[in-house]
Amino acid sequence: MTDAAMDQTTLSGTGSELLLASQPLKDGLMRTELSVPDVHCGACIRRVEKAIVALDGVQDVRVNLSTRRVTVNWRGGDNPPPLKNTLDRLGYSASYFDEPREDKDKELGRLIRALAVAGFAASNIMMLSASVWSGAEGDAKLLFHWLSGLLALPTLAYSGRIFFVSALNALRHGRTNMDVPISLGVTLAFCLSVYETVTGGHHAYFDASVTLLFFLLIGRTLDHVMRERARTAVRNLARLEARGATRIRSDGGTEYVPVASIAVGDTLIVSAGGRFPVDGVVVAGNSEVDSSMVTGESDPQEIAPGAVIKAGTLNLAESVTLKANAAAADSFLAEMVRLMEAAEGGRARYRRIADRAAQLYSPVVHLTAAATLLGWILITGDWHASISTAIAVLIITCPCALGLAVPMVQIVAARRLFESGVMVKDGAGLERLTGIDTVVLDKTGTVTVGVPQLSNADEIAAEHLALAAAMAAHSSHPISRSLAGLAPSFSAAPFARVSEVSGFGLEAEAEGSVYRLGRSSWAMEARTGEQAVRGTVLTCDGTVLAEFRFEDRLRPDARAAIDTLKDRGLTVLMLSGDHEVAVARVAQDIGLTDYRFGVSPRDKVEAIEKLKSTGHKVLMVGDGLNDAPALSAATVSIAPASAADIGRNAADFVFMRNSLNAVPLTMQVATDAGRLIRQNLAFAVAYNAVAVPIAVLGYVTPLVAAVAMSLSSVAVVANSLRLPGTASRGRFIDLTSFKQAALK
Amino acid sequence: MNSIIILIPVAMGLGAVALGAFLWSLRSGQYEDLDGAAERILLDDN
Repeated sequence: MTDAAMDQTTLSGTGSELLLASQPLKDGLMRTELSVPDVHCGACIRRVEKAIVALDGVQDVRVNLSTRRVTVNWRGGDNPPPLKNTLDRLGYSASYFDEPREDKDKELGRLIRALAVAGFAASNIMMLSASVWSGAEGDAKLLFHWLSGLLALPTLAYSGRIFFVSALNALRHGRTNMDVPISLGVTLAFCLSVYETVTGGHHAYFDASVTLLFFLLIGRTLDHVMRERARTAVRNLARLEARGATRIRSDGGTEYVPVASIAVGDTLIVSAGGRFPVDGVVVAGNSEVDSSMVTGESDPQEIAPGAVIKAGTLNLAESVTLKANAAAADSFLAEMVRLMEAAEGGRARYRRIADRAAQLYSPVVHLTAAATLLGWILITGDWHASISTAIAVLIITCPCALGLAVPMVQIVAARRLFESGVMVKDGAGLERLTGIDTVVLDKTGTVTVGVPQLSNADEIAAEHLALAAAMAAHSSHPISRSLAGLAPSFSAAPFARVSEVSGFGLEAEAEGSVYRLGRSSWAMEARTGEQAVRGTVLTCDGTVLAEFRFEDRLRPDARAAIDTLKDRGLTVLMLSGDHEVAVARVAQDIGLTDYRFGVSPRDKVEAIEKLKSTGHKVLMVGDGLNDAPALSAATVSIAPASAADIGRNAADFVFMRNSLNAVPLTMQVATDAGRLIRQNLAFAVAYNAVAVPIAVLGYVTPLVAAVAMSLSSVAVVANSLRLPGTASRGRFIDLTSFKQAALK
Repeated sequence: MNSIIILIPVAMGLGAVALGAFLWSLRSGQYEDLDGAAERILLDDN
C-alpha cells in the first residue's frame, strides 16, 4: 500500500472496509457485492449502473433488482473505487455484503431442475396413459407402458432423490417424516408397474408415481423460494457490528484490521459514528456513547478516559482511543452468542406439525396395507392379486394432499406477511406462534423507535426547522440524521460552507451570518449574558433561533398494537435493561402495569425460562444484543429490522416497517394459517376415509388413482389460498419510502 | 401403428428440447433477476 493511499484509507476506514468485503477474482480483478435496499425501479437500475461504471477501475456493474444487490467487478488493488460514497450521493444507502457468492442458492437450482424433469416426464407419461385409458389395447398398450416406464425410471432416480435422501436420513435416526410414506408409495408404485408391464398385466401406475412427484416438488420449491426471499431480505439489512477497526501500531502508524485479529492490549481508534469492536477501556478522548443495543439504556452517556465500554456500543460524538481488554471472541458479543446457543435447546426439540402428522399417519397406512395383503391371501389365496391390492392401497394413500397441506398454507401466509413487511424466516415459526399466551417486550428499539426523535417540532418555526435540517444533512451523528430526515427538500440549503466541529455541533455560513447547530454552550458562546439553555440549539451569530428537544419515541401504533394483544387475552409484559424512570414512563404510555427494569441479558433468559417451565408459551419481541439470548430462549420471537445482527438471526420473524402493528398482524396471520392447516389435514384424513375402502376392496385402477390424487391436491391448494389478505397495506410510511419521496 | 412410430418420438423429442432449453436458460443465469429483467426491457440505452 502506498503512503498516500494508506493515509487516505485510515482516515475514513471505508476504503479498507471495502477491501475486507471484496473477493479477489483472477488477474487482480476484485468483486464487491453491496446490498442497496432502496433500488426499486428501472430508473434506479440505470442511475446506479451509469454512476458506478463511470468510476475509475470499475470493470462492470450489474444491479439485481430481485435481491436488491449491486455486484461490481473492479481493478485497482489498493485504490478501491468509492462505491459506497457514490451510491450515498445518489441517495441510495448501501452496505457491504460479504457472504461468498458460492453459497448462493444451490438448493433452489436443484429443486427447479428436479421439478423441470418431473414436469417433462409427467406430461409425457400422462399423454401415454390417456391413450391407455381411452382404450389402447394389445401391442399398443404394451408399448405405451414400456415407454412410460422408460421415462419414469430416470425421473424417479433424479427428481425423487430429494425425497429419498430425506426419508433415508429420517429412518437412519429412527424417526419417520412425511418423506417416508411418499418415497415408499412412489417406489412401490413403480416396482408394481414394472412387474405388470413385464408380465403383460393390465394396470401400470407410472403416471400416478411421477405426477405425485411433480405435485410435491411444486410445493417444496415454492416453500423454498418464499423462505429464501425472506432470508435475502433479512440479509440485505445493513450489518451493525463493526467489520474492522483502526489499530495503532507500535511505531505510531495506524492500520485497519479485521475485528477477529484484535488482541488484548491493542490500542484502537474508534471514530464518531463507529461501533466499538471489542470490550475495552477508554485511554484518551471524551465522547458520548449510545449503548441502547447493549444494555437497553435509551439516553446517551458521556464517557471519559477510564470508562469501560462493551463491544457493540455506538460512539456518537468524537473519536476516542481504546485499549482492548478482550479479544473479539471473548467480548460482550461473543458472550451473547454463547448464551444464545445455551438457550436454543428448547427450539430444536419442537416437532413440526407435518412431521407429527406423518408420525401418526405412516403406521396406520402401513398397517392397513399389511392387513389388506393378509386378508386377500386368506380369502383368495392369490398372491399376485393380494400384493397388487396392497400396493394399490399404499399408492392411493400416498400422502400427496398431506404433503402439501402444511407447506402450501405457510407459503401463502409468508407471502401475505411479506407484503406487509414481515419476513418469515421459518415456517415452523408460524406453527409455534399459534399457541402463544404471553408476550415479552423489550423497551428500547422495540416498543420505542430506538433513535432520538425531535419531540417539540410544533414549537419550532418552519423556516428554522428547514434550516436546521439542511445543516444536519451534512453530519452522521444520530441526532443530525434524525433532524435531516425532517427536511422537506435538500435543495433549500443556501450555505456557503458547512463544517462539523467534532463533539459540539455544526457550523454554517450564509449571507454573512454564522449559524451554529449543536450544544448550547458552544453555539451561544458569542453572547454570554443570555439565559442558559440546555440541549441542542440553532443559533445565528450567537442568538438562539430555536431549541430542539430529542427523546426516544414510541413506535407508531405501539399502544394500539399492545391493546390488540391484550384484547386477545394475552399477558403482555416488558423487560428492559434501562433505568426505572424511563421504563415506567414508556410502560405508562402503552398502558402496561407489568414491567421490570434494569434486567440483564441473563435475567431475561431466566425470566422466559421460568414462564416456559410453568407451561406458558412465550413470544419475545426484542432488538438489542442484550435481547438476542432471550429471543432464542422464547418459544417464538420477532425482531425489528433495526435489531442487532445476531438478534435478527435468532428471531423467527423480522418486521421491516416501523409500526408495532406487525406483531398482532403476524399473530393474526399465524392463527388463520393454523386454522387452514387443520382444515387441510382434516380434508386429507376424510379423503383417505373414502379412498382406502375402495382400494382395500381392489377397485382401484390407475385412472381412479390419478383422478383421486390430483383432486385431493388441487383441493388442498385451493383451500390454502383462502387465507385472508392483509388490508392495511401502505398505511404507514416507512423510513425508506420517506427518504425516496424526499429525494424526488 | 406406423403413425405412432413417428409421432411418439416426435412428441417426446419436442418435450426433451423444451426441457433442455429450460435447463440451459436456468444454468446461464437468466432467472437470477426476474424483476430486473422486466424493467430492463424499458431501458433504451443498453
